[in-house]
Amino acid sequence: MLTVPLETQILFAGILFFLGLIGLLVRRNMIFMLMSIEIMFNSAGLVFIIAGTHWKQPDGQVMFIFILAVTAVEVSIALALILQVYHHFKTLDSDAVNNLKDQN
Amino acid sequence: MNVFFYIAGVVAIVSTVMAISGRNAIHSLLYLILSLLAVSVIFYLLSAPFIAALEVIIYAGAIMVLFIFVTMMLNIGLERETEKKWLKPRMWIIPSILAAVLLVNLIFALKSGQTIPSDKEAILPKQVGISLFSTYLLGVEIAAILLMAGVIGAYHLGSQKKKVKHRFLEIK
Repeated sequence: MLTVPLETQILFAGILFFLGLIGLLVRRNMIFMLMSIEIMFNSAGLVFIIAGTHWKQPDGQVMFIFILAVTAVEVSIALALILQVYHHFKTLDSDAVNNLKDQN
Repeated sequence: MNVFFYIAGVVAIVSTVMAISGRNAIHSLLYLILSLLAVSVIFYLLSAPFIAALEVIIYAGAIMVLFIFVTMMLNIGLERETEKKWLKPRMWIIPSILAAVLLVNLIFALKSGQTIPSDKEAILPKQVGISLFSTYLLGVEIAAILLMAGVIGAYHLGSQKKKVKHRFLEIK
């Protein structure tokens, strides 16, 4: 069995989560932002699995299956939206899609 | 035994950094797939083999293929010239090395024989299924409704209609 301390496992999931957060904040390309959201979802699921293994309960794996379903829906909707944005604006830059902002 | 966890963790973090810092979307997606595979190895080491298989099949298999399809659709014009550049070894040598490290890691973890958890310690797919369809039955039904809404929404958003734009919304 794995004897890595629980803190190290949670730290690993936290590093992955913050890499995703940094990517989401830094990148302006919508595909990259969506990828960063995927990384964050994945690290959240990793924490569920770690906790489920630690307490030897199946609930963590059940939660991961739910996260998987939510992620699949989110990705398909977001990619359809990205396609529509690209057809409208001919760019994937999220700063270009600011028509709701006051133009002053 | 623990060294397998650390190797897979390092591969996951390195490939995630490469994924979010890359310039080219396709290369970043390949690094992201590698990151998901590394996390899948970690799931296996955490005695959740069912979830490890789901991660490879659904995340790396289905969701990332969707990403790659859309990315390929969006820059279909530039592809002819860049295709030659993509086939150079410089582009795929680092992901290949990382994937090879992961494969060797997995083979050694399998051969060591210590990773196969005993029946008392592992959480088997049977337990997960029983819990999923008894305690969390309501959640399964809500997920089904969500998936249905996702199908309808993706169909609606993805269909190419002739758009009538208001004159204020036109791009100059």
